[in-house]
Amino acid sequence: MYGLGMVRGMGVTFKNLVLPSRQFAVQYPNRKISLFELAKENDTDVVSFAINNPVQAIKALAGFVEVPVRLPQHSRFRGEEFTWYEQRCTGCASCAKFCPLGIIKIVTDTSGKYEQDGGKYDIEVFDIDIGRCMFCGLCVQACPYDALHMGSGFEEGVYRRDDLVIDVERLKAAPKKPSTWYRPQIESQNFDPQSDDMREYLDVGRHERPSQDQQVDRWAKR
Amino acid sequence: MAIKTEPITINMGPQHPSTHGVFRLRVTFDGEVVVDVEPVFGYLHRGTEKLAEERTYVQIVTLTDRLDYTASMSNNLAYVRSVEKLGGIEVPERAQYLRVICAELQRIASHFVSIGFMLQELGAFGTPLMYCFRERERILDLFEMLCGARITLSYMRPGGLIQDAPEDFWPALGILMESMPEYIDDLEGLVTSNEIVLARTRDVGIISPELAVNGSVTGPMLRASGVQWDLRKANPYEVYDRLEFDVPIGYQGDTYDRYLVRVQEMRESVRIIEQCIKQIPGGAIQSEAPFFVRPPVGDVYDAIEAPKGELGFYLVSDGGISPYRCKIRAPSFINLTVLRDMLVGWKLADLVVIFGSTDVVLGEVDR
Ligand code: SF4
Ligand code: SF4
Repeated sequence: MYGLGMVRGMGVTFKNLVLPSRQFAVQYPNRKISLFELAKENDTDVVSFAINNPVQAIKALAGFVEVPVRLPQHSRFRGEEFTWYEQRCTGCASCAKFCPLGIIKIVTDTSGKYEQDGGKYDIEVFDIDIGRCMFCGLCVQACPYDALHMGSGFEEGVYRRDDLVIDVERLKAAPKKPSTWYRPQIESQNFDPQSDDMREYLDVGRHERPSQDQQVDRWAKR
Repeated sequence: MAIKTEPITINMGPQHPSTHGVFRLRVTFDGEVVVDVEPVFGYLHRGTEKLAEERTYVQIVTLTDRLDYTASMSNNLAYVRSVEKLGGIEVPERAQYLRVICAELQRIASHFVSIGFMLQELGAFGTPLMYCFRERERILDLFEMLCGARITLSYMRPGGLIQDAPEDFWPALGILMESMPEYIDDLEGLVTSNEIVLARTRDVGIISPELAVNGSVTGPMLRASGVQWDLRKANPYEVYDRLEFDVPIGYQGDTYDRYLVRVQEMRESVRIIEQCIKQIPGGAIQSEAPFFVRPPVGDVYDAIEAPKGELGFYLVSDGGISPYRCKIRAPSFINLTVLRDMLVGWKLADLVVIFGSTDVVLGEVDR
């Protein structure tokens, strides 16, 4: 019968309109909340909340109170704002060599002023131009000392292209929220970059930290 | 009384809402009827093949993501298979199964995009596309679990995969595969028996089997014309010979058949993935392949059945760390060879729909 197909289509539309399992819309970045929810978030009931915060309650009734929403995101999400641990980095520049676009710039000081402490180079410049980065993660895969990790953010909006260059000061100061991509040792700790912070540089390595005896065994008794 | 008319040539594109990207069609009309079509492309040319000559074999994986950007996994797979053949690299069994799962998930996602945009061009503005994108989004969520990215995945490496699937991937995949047939039913309920869709797509833009074969057309477009040719059956790669699936074909080769074949292929992909989940063994997912692959001197061609057709990579090695030549056989590009035969004789409104049904992705056409 002519028109039956359209009726079928309308049936699908209606099913998707009413079934709660088909509702996927997420209000992002902010979600309006009702007075009930607001009171619940403040651990009170509606009446006492309205008496104590009348302005807030009226605003909520009018639909002006919003709470931020974060979309669910897997801990492996490869995001911006690379996480870098200066204590782990040796300045070997493997990451710069493996980057297909060549956008990591590393300058190390080879003057030898740190030779007493084991010959470690001083890293003076570590620029990542994330304006050109494609977040492929090859630099992270290449880093032999687990110093560089993908970040987990994705909201990087700036007005000038130059501001997209992450320099060494910014890397040092940035919150340490490494993504667990290609870092099974972090994933096995059930680390969630959205809520946790990984300050301790010893925890992110894939190797056990050698004990004093082991180091003596390896390096001193030869 | 016959009105005297004159043919008029107009440009469709490069900035046109229905050309899937920056693509220009120089069309000559007589009244409303197409009398000649000349495709002009190259607006999205990024020199992928040339860039590949100065990158290492692993770095090229990131380039292949950007060919057919609705099916990055399949591009990755085609490329790493060529490198493995060139370098004689073995792949562990678990990695092969995971690769098949990824490629089939990507096939479903890519067909969703293609069907959605075909309906968009029919005039079903937005609604079916949003249904398609809603389901595709769940597949992209799975890809995010696997490799942290949603579109530019770079998940595969010569010798296996970069990383094993996390533990929460398997339950999520199971849930999705359980609900996927229902979602495909929803899409079919919206579209398949809709009278407007039938009137606009049946017997429109017919490719005969002879024309399809002579024009080197592959993929769902070829199968819609009634030719049973699928590289997964004809030349089983990875573990496809151990899996049971059918290759849907059409009868007429019209726009409607191309739609139906894609829907049926999505159902078959669900079947394949369910078998893979049952059969997948444990073990390693990466063989001992070095980061700098140095294949011996020689050349190799290897192709897979990508969502759009036969996607092949021809690599020539001079023994160094990057290929001497990398030629990409892109299915979207070669499927356009029959564009003129499909379009001539149809009206302006049909032109957009027929072009949409070829499922062209300009990232792959221009490379
Ligand atoms: S993620 Fe890729 S493009 Fe970005 S800095 Fe690392 S290697 Fe380079
Ligand atoms: S981040 Fe890693 S690869 Fe890059 S210089 Fe530091 S240690 Fe080397």
